[in-house]
Amino acid sequence: MPMVPSASKGDAILQARGIIKRFGHVEALRGADFDAYAGEVTALIGDNGAGKSTLVKILSGVYGATSGQMTVDGTPVSFASPSDAHAIGIETVYQDLSVCPDLSPSANMFMGREALRPGLLGRLGFLDNATMRRESAVAFQKLKVALKDMDAPIASLSGGQRQSVAICRAAMWAKRVVFMDEPTAALGVVQTARTLDLVRRIRDTGVAVVLISHNMRDVIQVADTVEVLRLGRRIASMRNQGLTVPDLVGAMTGALDVVPEAEQGAAA
Amino acid sequence: MSGDAIITPPAATGEAVGLQAPQGLGRKLKVAMSSSPFYMGIILVLLVAFFSFLHPATFASSYNIRNIFLDASVLLILAVGTTYIMIAGGFDLSIGSVLVFSGVVAAQVMLKFGTDSLLTVGIGFIVALACGTAWGVFNGFCITRLRVSALISTLGSMGAALGAAYLVSDGSDIRTVPNALIAVGHGSVGGVPWLVVITAVVAVIGGIVLHMTRFGRHTFLVGSNPEGSRRAGINVSGHLLRLYALSGLLAGFAAMLSLGRFSTTTLEGHANDPLEAITAVVLGGTALTGGRGTIIGTVVGVFIPAVLANGFIIMGIQPFWQMVVIGFVVIAAVYADQIKRQKGERM
Repeated sequence: MPMVPSASKGDAILQARGIIKRFGHVEALRGADFDAYAGEVTALIGDNGAGKSTLVKILSGVYGATSGQMTVDGTPVSFASPSDAHAIGIETVYQDLSVCPDLSPSANMFMGREALRPGLLGRLGFLDNATMRRESAVAFQKLKVALKDMDAPIASLSGGQRQSVAICRAAMWAKRVVFMDEPTAALGVVQTARTLDLVRRIRDTGVAVVLISHNMRDVIQVADTVEVLRLGRRIASMRNQGLTVPDLVGAMTGALDVVPEAEQGAAA
Repeated sequence: MSGDAIITPPAATGEAVGLQAPQGLGRKLKVAMSSSPFYMGIILVLLVAFFSFLHPATFASSYNIRNIFLDASVLLILAVGTTYIMIAGGFDLSIGSVLVFSGVVAAQVMLKFGTDSLLTVGIGFIVALACGTAWGVFNGFCITRLRVSALISTLGSMGAALGAAYLVSDGSDIRTVPNALIAVGHGSVGGVPWLVVITAVVAVIGGIVLHMTRFGRHTFLVGSNPEGSRRAGINVSGHLLRLYALSGLLAGFAAMLSLGRFSTTTLEGHANDPLEAITAVVLGGTALTGGRGTIIGTVVGVFIPAVLANGFIIMGIQPFWQMVVIGFVVIAAVYADQIKRQKGERM
């Protein structure tokens, strides 16, 4: 089996150990571990109910964990809100986009972090649209995303283009980690390929990209490391060297390894 | 779907990728000309030209024009607040009742003072603004904290504020208004009524704040995608609360202008204000679903019904026709906007 332990890469930029999350009586995460490395794509896979979304929401500050430790660059952290995660350079691209269709690409790029004019006007809250437009254009250019129209509301763009605005926004603000929750779920074949290219380019800028996906072919194409969650725990961390779809499916479902009977019985 | 280039091939990066959109005045003009305020502005100009041509001596007289502006002024103040509310995806049906309540309380306070000076008027303004803001904060509290829909919350306070106004006034209009305030209501500066000047200032400030500041930008963002705005770290509830407070504040302000103009609290006169304000805002191209709108559009939207009503009276047509026409025009305007948007949007 081509499951190489991911030990040889230095320290993880984002590390989680023993994360437990309970919702009432339901234990969604039962001591999950997670590692993401700078300049790599880490795919997070698992069957429905394995705890992927819950784990990502904890790592990006949406939920608090019931218990467990998180470190960023070796420093212990805890997030009370997504803004706390933003503040240390962790961004998330949500499955349902989170862009504002009625506003321009640059207004979306600076959503909630608007640039203000210098001096008195800025203190009165006046926007610096020229700067936001310029910096957005630079960010798009850096990731080789060409938008049909930089001023029109993004409702007039295609689904793929709207997705690239959401991804570029995360990439522009992320200093350390970008989470992407099923970024290709709603896209066609061509747009999926382009989005995966975009994922690689963001990785090449040196941040850690965490890709949550159900599409095993996407994962094999783009991931450097694959972390497998099952029943609220990480059960494998594999280098993507010669991995195949059956390998991944086997790891997800437990066909390829031995798990205590009790845990198999508790499938979510 | 497959034809659109979201990402150019690496070879093309020498060119200004992501910057192809033509910029500058010409483009801005083109965008502005395809907008609802522009179409509606043309309709307004045509209406004015039509009535002026038919009745140059009456419709186009300075007295009549002055009247149109005066009729529109109080409504425009309310409509500025409604524009903010609707861009944020909300509703405020309470503004007419809040106006009446604020006017009644302010009139009584000024009456108790007994003096007739600018100081009294100033105190009246403070009282009216405080009453309006209080109702607005109450609306915002019900909507953001109790999570009762905006329609129901403001419907409730519409009834409550009017009832409270009747209680405070014992059911009859207060007709004693300081002369200093009436002077504002009837006076003019350089031939332009004070009311019109004040309204214009409110509309200009409203437009600048909406289109040029972070507060305005957040209003659009919250209306376009509340959940996304929350994730982006915007305090959505806090912002909505402030918008409803603003709407109430403007209703309180309009109450004082109304007192100055009519010298009475006009208890019965404002039942339709919220619907007229919403009509004006919608005519001006603000989306009911939030996220889009302009103050200039609202200004046009206030003047179309005002001009139509005035023109019909002058032509000897029953003014009730204005209500019929505007009713259908609103439906047509929204329909046209939807068609236009479906063409522009891609799924």
